[in-house]
Amino acid sequence: MSNSKKHTLDPNKWIDLYADYLFNYAIIRVDDHDLAKDLVQETFFSGLKGMANFRGQASERTWLISILKRKIIDHYRKINSIKGKKEVRVNFYADGDNKGSWMEERVPESWGNNAEKNIENEELKSALDYCIENLPEKYRIVFLLKTVQSYETEEICNELDITASNLWVIIHRARQQLRRCLEDNWFKK
Amino acid sequence: MSRKLLITCEEATAICNKNQYGDASVWDKIRLGLHSLGCVHCKTYSSQNNILTKLMGNHTNSCSNSGHLTDDDKTELGKNLDGKLKK
Repeated sequence: MSNSKKHTLDPNKWIDLYADYLFNYAIIRVDDHDLAKDLVQETFFSGLKGMANFRGQASERTWLISILKRKIIDHYRKINSIKGKKEVRVNFYADGDNKGSWMEERVPESWGNNAEKNIENEELKSALDYCIENLPEKYRIVFLLKTVQSYETEEICNELDITASNLWVIIHRARQQLRRCLEDNWFKK
Repeated sequence: MSRKLLITCEEATAICNKNQYGDASVWDKIRLGLHSLGCVHCKTYSSQNNILTKLMGNHTNSCSNSGHLTDDDKTELGKNLDGKLKK
């Protein structure tokens, strides 16, 4: 490793070289255009501030991504502390003889025999989009990363600084909420 | 992971969710299957959850262009960065 190339930083080229790359990295993790843009901006600012700490071992791009990752985790921590603490076990009895059983008013209702045939229906797709948009931000991000981006559980946990059981509780709630939302906005109509 | 054969509806739905990602163990699947035999609600939930997964599979194709940086965005980013560079 002694004669490996030493990397350097050139902030004047950052926008041209890395803005798109960093933005794409951020957008699939936060699912919001303006927020992703702000995170990229902050990454460049932090990069500028921290230039003295750059030791040239990693490439400029890798170094910037590592800053961006930190920003995403920070953002995630922020929303984590604000939301999602109170709505535990909304669908199941929490104690007594019925512990862990469906609450009567929460049981899934039949979607009819033709439910499966509707999968290609455009209006159903918009109903689904509507339901996804209405998920709490934390649920939406985790659910999309896992379901659409097909990330491994471990990867998401590392990136968002949550445990595997956290992740499954979030997926669990996101799916329950989506199921119910589709039922109310599509199948029952 | 618990070793008991009989599980609650809450546990059954949790296993069903994992199963959507191929993350449920064989033991989990046996318990889910057994539970669903006697529980119409969880059976309904499972089939709807499968539909949701299929729907999301189609969704993948439609939402991959969730936005790009426009030229205006880049100009703005560049301007702000220049401002900091000159300080």
